[in-house]
Amino acid sequence: MEAAAGGGCGSGPPLLLSEGEQQCYSELFARCAGAAGGGPGSGPPEAARTVPGTVTAAAGPVADLFRASQLPAETLHQITELCGAKRVGYFGPTQFYIALKLIAAAQSGLPVRIESIKCELPLPRFMMSKTDAEIRFGNPAELHGTKVQIPYLITEKNTFKRMDDEDKQQETQSPTMSPLASPPSSPPHYQRVPLSHGYSKLRSSTEQMHPAPYEARQPLVQPEGPSSGAPGAKPPRHKASLIRSFSVEREPHDNSSNYPDEPWRITEEQREYYVNQFRSLQPDPSSFISGSVAKNFFTKSKLSIPELSYIWELSDADCDGALTLPEFCAAFHLIVARKNGYPLPEGLPPTLQPEYLQAAFPKPKRECTLFDSYSESMPANQQPRDLNRMEKLSIKDTADFPVPTQDVTSDDKQGMKRMSFLPLGTFYLSTSKDSNSLKARPRSRSYSSTSIEEAMKRGEDPPTPPPRPQKTHSRASSLDLNKVFQPSVPATKSGLLPPPPALPPRPCPSQSEQVSEAEIHPQLNRAPSQVAESSPTKKDIPHSQPPSKPIRRKFRPENSATESQEPPSTVGPVSAASGKPHAAVQKQSSKQKKAIQTAIRKNKEANAVLARLNSELQQQLKEVHQERIALENQLEQLRPVTVL
Amino acid sequence: MAVCVAVIAKENYPLYIRSIPTENELKFHYMVHTSLDVVDEKISAMGKALVDQRELYLGLLYPTEDYKVYGYVTNSKVKFVMVVDSSNTALRDNEIRSMFRKLHNSYTDVMCNPFYNPGDRIHSRAFDSMVTSMMIQVC
Repeated sequence: MEAAAGGGCGSGPPLLLSEGEQQCYSELFARCAGAAGGGPGSGPPEAARTVPGTVTAAAGPVADLFRASQLPAETLHQITELCGAKRVGYFGPTQFYIALKLIAAAQSGLPVRIESIKCELPLPRFMMSKTDAEIRFGNPAELHGTKVQIPYLITEKNTFKRMDDEDKQQETQSPTMSPLASPPSSPPHYQRVPLSHGYSKLRSSTEQMHPAPYEARQPLVQPEGPSSGAPGAKPPRHKASLIRSFSVEREPHDNSSNYPDEPWRITEEQREYYVNQFRSLQPDPSSFISGSVAKNFFTKSKLSIPELSYIWELSDADCDGALTLPEFCAAFHLIVARKNGYPLPEGLPPTLQPEYLQAAFPKPKRECTLFDSYSESMPANQQPRDLNRMEKLSIKDTADFPVPTQDVTSDDKQGMKRMSFLPLGTFYLSTSKDSNSLKARPRSRSYSSTSIEEAMKRGEDPPTPPPRPQKTHSRASSLDLNKVFQPSVPATKSGLLPPPPALPPRPCPSQSEQVSEAEIHPQLNRAPSQVAESSPTKKDIPHSQPPSKPIRRKFRPENSATESQEPPSTVGPVSAASGKPHAAVQKQSSKQKKAIQTAIRKNKEANAVLARLNSELQQQLKEVHQERIALENQLEQLRPVTVL
Repeated sequence: MAVCVAVIAKENYPLYIRSIPTENELKFHYMVHTSLDVVDEKISAMGKALVDQRELYLGLLYPTEDYKVYGYVTNSKVKFVMVVDSSNTALRDNEIRSMFRKLHNSYTDVMCNPFYNPGDRIHSRAFDSMVTSMMIQVC
């Protein structure tokens, strides 16, 4: 390839391309040229000025391609000038190749000079979007279907060369594109399929999202909607980072609607999710979330503080330090978008303005009440709309601007759901990335409130963790008070025992009686008095003993309990022995005794537990006191001095 | 109209300082620093009893050959200092007051942001744009 032809290059050295480069460049050129030939409206007037006989690439697709290289605009201008397209007025093959080479140089960090292209360079990298392709050949339907498959396969080869890390994703795309080929009746169909594998890309490579192609695509979306020609050229321009395309693709048919900033439009599912999150923070949807609460919540998104600060600035329209529901939705949406790599806008987009949000989703209160209770106050026109949103999945009603979000089929709902679950991804990055992939499939089958509930469940966990540990007294959590008190319940069934606190005094005399009763009869060589003594001593000793002993006694059966003490041990065998030879009366008394003894043990254990708990709580109280003192000191320092 | 705008915290360190001819920044920083003494003097001159009646707008702090320095104090002892070009004679006192009022409003908006810690440098873009709008006519 020489630059001599057409005088493309100022200095005129021959341009040497390697084989790979040659192949790549020629294909790119063919695409751009094909676009020029096929699309009447796609090329700006420069195409008309082409010298007859030369194949030229129209400036429109070329501009797309250059923008997709993600170089800054000045660099692209320089490149265009250098390659001579400006001079001659069109992109001939030489100009195009030179431009591509310059792009590669610029991407490698070399200055944009003619000299740069003389050396060996890697291939230029282009992050191209699929939307251009789809929109272009969307409308004239059937013909393009077949052509879709082939260019995609070709493109795959190219993109393999360029983007190594996205090989797998490319492969997954091609099989899924083939069903796309069959019913290519309207743009939404094309958009839907990329959504399904676009989401997988999202999880694996969120860093692939770059603002430049996105911005390039926006102006593209509108002018190229009508230019449905050039099917062969445009479809290959799909790219790996479909992530940003999915939210944008959903809305290109909304170009006719009021606002062009599609990623800033909140879908219905997102809206519901945001509302639920709002309600988790603040039960009344018509009141505010205070600044500190919102700060804690949004900090969980792990964005940097300056970014969060800026998002707050954008979304808190009235600057009152609190977020109403529309402000909260706007802030949440901005956070989600930022997590997905969209740059933050300079000003609040019109679709996120509170008035717009209030109008688009009027009376969020009503939606909440729909969830909570069916209130008859909802007007009739609201009801069908809400029902439509939730139940009917295929409504093609483009009249109303909230309704385009309903312009879906079940597949498109997948995309919406996936976008809506991005917030989950953003907040719970580590775990949800894997599980979302699993969640994606069951979600597609049943669009019902279950998916939203899952989101709610996931969403609600982190916002409310802190209170729990304190309620259960974390240090004492190993001792489950419920379990401690429960065994005492069956003990009460015996009817002998009053509630635990009042217990200790009573059974002593009765038990001592019973023990003495029991001891009289057994065939032991111990004096009953000894045993009688032992039983009160047994009761005394546990009182004075450290708490571990009662616990030990609790877990051992009465027969083998308390090897540490001899006198109590006599009670065990005593009670066991007493059970054997003697009458039912003694059995009953021994049972009662056992019951009483177990009850006593339980109570002692409970006492010990409560004592320990008390000491721990005292400690916590001291700590809290100290914190309070520290905070009061800080407050004193911060309080403005009113007297000089 | 303003050549330099500065927001000084209670402890007399700058929260925000920006000047238009960026090559001579140091000079403006120095001027703002020296003006702090004048501000303190004016505040103390009011007397302790007049705290409530004290006006927030302090007026002309001191004139130099090329510039005039105006001051404004909030109730939380945050000071706004503005340096304007002396050659700009069209500026009246009312305009300066309105500019300080705008500054104060933007500052309270910055304060309302829960992500802003009092005492940090001010990085708010809204604040920046407001200050730019005040300074833009100089260039």
